[in-house]
Order: sequence, then structure tokens, then C-alpha cells
Amino acid sequence: MPNRRSLWANIDWVTVTVFVLLMLLGWINIYSSVYDQNHQSIFDTTQRYGKQLIWIGAAIVLGFFLLIIESNFYVFFSWIFYGVIMILLLLVLLFGTTINGAKGWFMIGSFGFQPAEFAKFATALALASYMNTHDFKIHSFRSLLFIALIILFPAFLILIQNDTGSALVFFSFILVLYREGLSGIVLFFGSLMIVLFVLALIVSNLVLSILMLVVALLVFYGINTRNKQYYLIPMIYALGILPFVVLNFALGSKFEWGDIITAGLILGTIIVVGYSYFRKITSFLTVSLIFLGSLLFTISVDYAFYNVLGEHQQSRINELLGIHSDPLGAGYNVNQSKIAIGSGGFFGKGFLNGTQTKFNFVPEQSTDFIFCTVGEEWGFIGSLVVIGLFMLLFYRLIWLAERQRSGFSRIYGYSVVVILFFHFMVNIGMTIGIMPVIGIPLPFFSYGGSSLWSFTILLFIFIRLDASRYEKF
Amino acid sequence: MDTFSKRKYLILAIIFGVGIIYLLKIFVLQVISTKYKESATNNVLREMVQFPARGLIYDRNGKLMVYNKPAYDLMVTPREVEPFDTISFCTLVEITKEELIEGLKKARDYSSYKPSILVKQIPPESFAFIQEKLYKFKGFQVQSRTLREYASPVAAHVLGYVSEVKDADIARENYYKTGDYIGASGIEKTYEKQLRGVKGIKKQLVDVHNRVQGSYQDGAEDVPAEIGKDLVTTLDAELQKYAEELFVNKKGSVVAIEPSTGEVLALVSAPTYDPSLLVGRVRSANYTILAEDPDLPLFNRALQAKYPPGSTFKIINSLIGLQTGAITVNSRFGCNGKASTPIKCTHSHGGSANVTEGIRESCNPFMWNTFRSIINLKKKAVDGFNNWRSYVESFGIGKVISSDFAHVLSGDLPTEDLYNKWYGKGGWNALTIRSLSIGQGELGITPLQMANVGAIVANRGFYYPPHLVREVKGDTVSSYFKVKQYTKVEPEHFDPVIEGMRELIANKLGAVAGVPGVEMCGKTGTVQNNGIDHSVFTAFAPRINPKIAIFVYVENSGWGASYAAPMASLMVEKYLNDTIATSRKPVEKRMLEASLLNPSQP
Repeated sequence: MPNRRSLWANIDWVTVTVFVLLMLLGWINIYSSVYDQNHQSIFDTTQRYGKQLIWIGAAIVLGFFLLIIESNFYVFFSWIFYGVIMILLLLVLLFGTTINGAKGWFMIGSFGFQPAEFAKFATALALASYMNTHDFKIHSFRSLLFIALIILFPAFLILIQNDTGSALVFFSFILVLYREGLSGIVLFFGSLMIVLFVLALIVSNLVLSILMLVVALLVFYGINTRNKQYYLIPMIYALGILPFVVLNFALGSKFEWGDIITAGLILGTIIVVGYSYFRKITSFLTVSLIFLGSLLFTISVDYAFYNVLGEHQQSRINELLGIHSDPLGAGYNVNQSKIAIGSGGFFGKGFLNGTQTKFNFVPEQSTDFIFCTVGEEWGFIGSLVVIGLFMLLFYRLIWLAERQRSGFSRIYGYSVVVILFFHFMVNIGMTIGIMPVIGIPLPFFSYGGSSLWSFTILLFIFIRLDASRYEKF
Repeated sequence: MDTFSKRKYLILAIIFGVGIIYLLKIFVLQVISTKYKESATNNVLREMVQFPARGLIYDRNGKLMVYNKPAYDLMVTPREVEPFDTISFCTLVEITKEELIEGLKKARDYSSYKPSILVKQIPPESFAFIQEKLYKFKGFQVQSRTLREYASPVAAHVLGYVSEVKDADIARENYYKTGDYIGASGIEKTYEKQLRGVKGIKKQLVDVHNRVQGSYQDGAEDVPAEIGKDLVTTLDAELQKYAEELFVNKKGSVVAIEPSTGEVLALVSAPTYDPSLLVGRVRSANYTILAEDPDLPLFNRALQAKYPPGSTFKIINSLIGLQTGAITVNSRFGCNGKASTPIKCTHSHGGSANVTEGIRESCNPFMWNTFRSIINLKKKAVDGFNNWRSYVESFGIGKVISSDFAHVLSGDLPTEDLYNKWYGKGGWNALTIRSLSIGQGELGITPLQMANVGAIVANRGFYYPPHLVREVKGDTVSSYFKVKQYTKVEPEHFDPVIEGMRELIANKLGAVAGVPGVEMCGKTGTVQNNGIDHSVFTAFAPRINPKIAIFVYVENSGWGASYAAPMASLMVEKYLNDTIATSRKPVEKRMLEASLLNPSQP
């Protein structure tokens, strides 16, 4: 069978090697994090490391099967996968078991199955399939709407399971869309919103409004070097703010000055928008519209933060941004996690010598906080190796995706990269206090069969597609 | 589609950007910052304090007086507590439900992770029972401590008691932590440093629930507790016990000193109390009872009572007279008995007296004349007074004579300022202050000081600072106790005074205060008082090579020979002869049975 020979020759063994290395490193650290004197055998299947070893074995077998399936199978059946998983996501809402607050598990005996994990690769397949069709135009409203449906439908179902972390993963697809031609403005606005969101929570609305005004004015004057009407815009704003100030005085300083000035700025900006619209100054119009949007967004952040987000989400964000510190409450996990990693030093404390993780100071130390064990026992060297392996994996996968001749494979490949990257970024970021505490696993590393297998499927479908890259166009 | 191929660079930049930022942050956490390493150590290391047992206390004959018994503190770690049957718990540890709720709340306020004491000082009898059942209640554990135990219920005032440290103690010395014990009075206080030992530290690794996971570095950094040093006191436990028996139902004090060393053989302040009352859980309740007792059992009369010494002070005045040349051995002063002025004589003896007779007969006119002569040695009364005063002070009056006593007072020895204030400068003379000649007036002397005067007379002119501790095992006692303190009176002047004291016992008080086979020298005193007079007696024995100097003060019991002298003689007999002679049994019986607590009783 010449076909088979070429299959093994065409497989990217670098990726497979990194995959196996990550799983083994993860397993060593799981062993260490749950190690206790009474259960020293590494094959003890009553312990997490014993179970993880079985799941790693199963993942390798699973990978093998995924490779010997024809690559076209994934292409043709992508919608079937997507459909089945969506149905499972619906069913789990009705019949699922709640674990850790998320109603997202089917329990078959003692074995748990989490459809949300598998929704990632199914969505990637569906997305690749749809975006590879000829009537797909990235900037047509219909196509964007359809893409949004494909991505947001599972995200929504997972969100109402109360698994916010897994739902957020789906936002990472925006990078895939960007690679496939989505305007960079979307990324720009996305980033702007995140920056504004953080700033709105850290500094007061007044300070932020004035900060934005300064930026907007600089941009106005920057793009308007020929027009000499320097006095015009400050005058407009003065006009906008003045009536509110007068009004507030008339009412006996009933409102806070921050709100008054913000309201004045909004009125002023609306005047600027109107002015530039009628005078047809496009650059002014764009900047003033962005400024107006930012102002409104800033105001709504406070409202959204306190009314839309749950209390524990609020406190996690507060903790992250340093607005309110509570090392024994909401900040306990992150504080202990940082202590564990920080105590590792340059060379680490050595295998099985970590005290913070072993004595349970760090919660969830074999799943979401597995990186603490790496940091504590293997030090900066270990952290460098693990992060380096992930970087190598991401680089390799992008390189592989770029060499695809088929749009389907490339889009799927990028989906794999961004999903894994999102997990990497949020998981490790959370353990070192850069990201809010969002419980999603570190791919191939964290304890758990469902996530390990879903990542294996995600990755190996792409390895299989890549192995057949010469057959596709 | 490859028109967008260059966009991979932005995506790669984002990915590598995050990777680099994370590595930098991790580098800061792990290599640059030291804060997290310290926190990690604090997280896992629990320093368990190992409380040492206090040193034992022996009497001068090696008899054990104070030792330790185990006690157990019931600790609670609120986080580990699981719902439990409160009624059976309360019954088990003998507390009320309110106390339990209060205790749990306090513990939670302190820390929900660290154990705090719920029930203090559970005696071993109850503990054995509690321990059997304790497994049913999660989150409770015990910490072992030691409490004082007394071989016999004596010498409470000498030994003192141990209490929990106060905030002031903690502020003064950072050795102490809340809940530690500290000697609060007596030897326990003065020898706190030697008795307490050194607390040890056992470092243990604990997990997040504060459960012990093992020792830290196999105990390499543990510091074992050092048991407190044992003390040998100067007390004779038998004598002390006998003295306390004699003082049952009486108020007063006795101090007995070995003149050749300054060692205190017995020190009693009556009424006294059983030292074990101030140990353990019952301590605070008993303390309140004792503190409110009108007979002031907690007041250490031996060290703090400022008694007028009465006629026993005549010894000092006679000696000063002889030393200063105000009188000689042959000086005689007339006595008209009760008709004498300005001080009448309470005894009827011949028409005049020399110093020996003056002491023997306790002749007030003789003493007044002697005193006046002393004062009149100088032109101005104030100079004469100050001269006299300096001699008195050399007898250890009006000052603290030893550092070995906790809460000791210096007593009152009046100064010229006092009389100047009362009578104006130059407005007073020997006559004005004549009460001093017979040990009354403004003198306030502690029994310890007066017993020391007895020792001075026995030694013919010097004393060793009285002290309570002979030996600290594995340490030294203050060399200051071995330094002779000389009075300003030379040895030869003591002979006529001692002769008077000898004659008093041999010729006049033989019936009540004569110790068979022992030549005792003594001086009685009767201190005028608003109610019944205080009975006072000072003595030493034997006359040659004295072994014991003793001072007895019995409040509201009449004249010196009625109670103080017989009681002192019984103690001397007990100490020197070991037993009380059969002929003396009636006296002993009368002394033991006398109840003088009610002042209205004659």
C-alpha cells in the first residue's frame, strides 16, 4: 500500500514529538502535584497520575486512529460532527450532570464526557468548511452573519451551561477570520474595547474621559495640519460642557462633576460629529465617531460590570486589576499560585520537592493550576522549557497551516493554533496573575481525559490534513 | 487567498509577544522577587512551641517542695471543625454551651486556620477521659503544658505563684507570647529566668488545612525545649510547716534566719493559703476570693508589713549607746517604775538599771535616757538624730537588705525632714521623738528586717543579706549573699546586750520560752495598738555558735511573752532539737490551739 507509506512519511513528526513531550511533562507534574507517601507507585490507577497515564495511552491510540482515517472524511463529515456536537450541547443542558458549577457533563458510569471540549474542533471543522466555499465573501453581511452563527451558537450554549471559560475560547476564532481577510479594524476595535474596559475599571470616568479627549484632540490636530481652526473644537466642547455646568449649579450641585463633564463631552462630540458630517470632513467624522463610541462604551462598562457580571467574576477581575485585593478570598488562588511559582527560583526545588503544590496550598493543582508545579519544582528553567515547547508548537502549526494548498486545511490549522493559544494564554496568565481566574485547562498538560482527548482530536485532524496536503487544492 | 498571507506575522507577533511577556513575568516572580519565597516558607512551616517544664524547688535538706503536673489545653482549629453534638461535647469537657460558643467565636476571630486554646489547663484525670472521646470531634486537639504541684501546702508566700503573662510582660520581654506562664510572685518571680527554662521550637511542615505532614528537614532546625533549672531553697520545709501550724488562726509573721549564712529557714505570713489554690483552672476564682478576704492572706506581712518593733528595738538603741559612748557598760539610769517620766516603766524592778538589766527588764526609763544621750552627743538635736539614724540604718532598717525577695518593702525609718515638717526646723529634740527609744512612733520595720537584726546580734555586728535560694542547679547564685555587711557597732559592745537577752529567757521566761538544753537569748516586745497589743519577740540560739535567729510578730495577741515568745521558742526547739520535749507539750498545745483572729477576744 504505497498510500500508507507516504502517509507516515508525510506526517509532521515535529508536531507529534512536541505533543508527546507535553503530555509526558504534564503527567510528571500531575504525579508530583498529587504525590503522597501512601501511594508511591506511578501506575496506581486509583490516583490521578495513574488515570492520566491511561488517558495518555488512550490519546496516543486515538491519535493513531485519527491518522489512518482518510483526510477527506474530516472534510466531508465536518457538518455532521458540528451538528452532532450541537445536539449534544443542547442535550447536556437537559440531562447533563453538574460538575464544578457547570452543567456540562454526561456521566457514563464513572467516566465523564464533556461536549463543550469537543465543540472546539467541531466548530473549527464547520468554520473551515464554510469559509472554504466559493460563495463565501469575508465582508459580505450574509457570510459574516453565518460565521457569527457557527461560532456563537456553541459559545452561547456553553455559556448557559455556566462554563464561561470554555465559551470565551470561541472568541479566539477572530484571529482566524483576521488571517482570512477580516478587516484589521475589527481587531483594532476589539483591542480598543479591552483597553477601555480595563481603564474604565481602574480610573474614574472623569479621568478616562479627559484622557480620551486629549488623545482625540491630538488626532484631530494631527490629521488637520492645514486647517487653521485650532480654536474651533475647544470652543465646541466648551459650548457642550457649559450648559451642563450651569444647570448643575442651578440645581445646587446635585450631580457629580465627573458625570457633568462626561455629559458635556458627549454633547460636544455629537456637535463635532454633526459638524464634520455636514462639512463632509471624513477624517474628522471617523475620529469623532470613535471618540463618541469610546465615551459611551466607558459609561456602559461600569453598568455592565456591576449588572451583567456575576459577583465572583467581578471579584476576580477586581483582584486581577488590583482594584481590590483579598488574598484570603477571591485572590487566594492567584496569590497561592504566585507564591508557588515564585518560590521555585531559577532552578526550582526539584522533582517532588514542591511544598506549596504538594500540601494543597494551590487549589486545582493538577488541572487548571498545573503550571504551578512546573514553576515550583522546575523553576524558571522548567517554565522556559514548557513555554518554549508551546511556542515551538504554535510556530510549527502556523508554518504548517501556511503551507497548505487547501483553504479548508489552512483555516482548520489556524483554528487549532488559536484555540490552543487561547488556552495557553489564559491558563498560564491566570497562574502568574496576568489573566483573571478562568478555569480552562492547559492543553496536553492538565489532568483530565475529556480535555486531553479533545485536544488530541483537534491536533491530529490537522496533522492528518497536513499529511495529505499534496492531494488537496 | 494568499493576499492575506502576510497577516501571519501579526498573529505570530501576538503569540510570541504573549510568550515573552509571560516569561518576563515568571522571571520577575521566580528570580527577581524574594517576597514569594518567604511567603512559601510561611505557608508550610508551622513552628510548634515546645513548652519546657519549670524547674523543681527543693528545701535545704533536699526535700522536694514544688514539682510539675501535666495539664492539657484543649485547642480548636475552627476551619477543621465539623458539625458535632454540642451537648455531649460540653458535658465531656465540662463547659457550658455559652462558653463553647464564646470560645469558638474567639478562636475564629483569631484565625480559622491556626489552633487556639478553647479550654485551659485540663487536669490529667479529666484529660484521660476526654482524650478517649475526642476523636468524635473533628478540629479539636490538645497541647500539653505543665502546672505547679506542691508536695505540701506550705510556704505559699515564699514560693509565690505562676500566672499567665500580662501584656506588660510581653512588651518588656519578647520571650513571652500570649498564653505563656510567668512567675508572678515569690521565688517563682525572682527566679523566673532560671525556673522557666527555654522554650523549644519544633518546625513542622503543614498542608493548607494545617495538618502536620512531617518534620521540617528531619528536625535539623528544631530547638528542643530546655527544662527549667532546679532550685534549692534555704527553707527548712519541716520548720516552715511547723511555723505555719503555730500560726493557724493567728495574724502575724515569723522569719527565721541562719545567722552564719543569712539563709532564711522559715518565712511565714499569716494567714497564709494553700499554694495549690492558685494553680490551674481554679486560679482566677480562688485569687478573687483570697484578694477579698479581710484578713489579707495575699499580703506578705514578712516582707511588706511595717510593724512598729516595740521593745525589741531596745536592743538596737542599747548597742548604739554603747558604740557611740553615750553610755557605758556601767552607766545606770534611775527608774521610778510606773511613775517614771517622760516614759513610764511597765515593769517593776529595782531603782535603777544598767544596760544588761535594761534589756532584761525592758526598762523604758533606761532606754529613754540612753536615747536622749545619743541624741545629745551632738549640739543640735538634728545632728544627734542623724547620727543615731545612720547607726540604725547600718542594721538594715529602712532599706531593702536583699535582692532575693519579690515585692519586698524597705519599711519606715523617719528622716529629719519628717520631723522638720511636723515640728518645724529646730522645733524638735530628743524628747519630741522619744517614742523612738522604745521602738514605737514613726518606725515601721518588716519582720524580715527584725529577724535580720536578730542575726546581727547573734553574729555580733554583721549580717549576710538574707536570701531564699541556696543553689541553682547548673547555675550560680548571687555572690552578693556571701558578702558580710557590717553594722557600725563593734563586736565587744554586743556582750552586755546578749547577756541581758540570755538572762531574760533563763531567769524570767523559762516557763514559756525556755528550750530544753539550749541557751537561747531573746527580747520581748509589746506594741501598743488601738486594739489589743501586738505580741513581739526576737531571739537567737544557741548563745554560743548561733544556728538560728528568729523574729515573731503576733498581731492583737497581748504582750510579748504571751504568744510571740513561746511560739518562737517552740520553733527554735523544733529546729535545734527536732522534737518538742514532753515538758513543753502543754505550751505547744496552747499555742497551736489559740485562735486570735477575732480581735475582741482577750
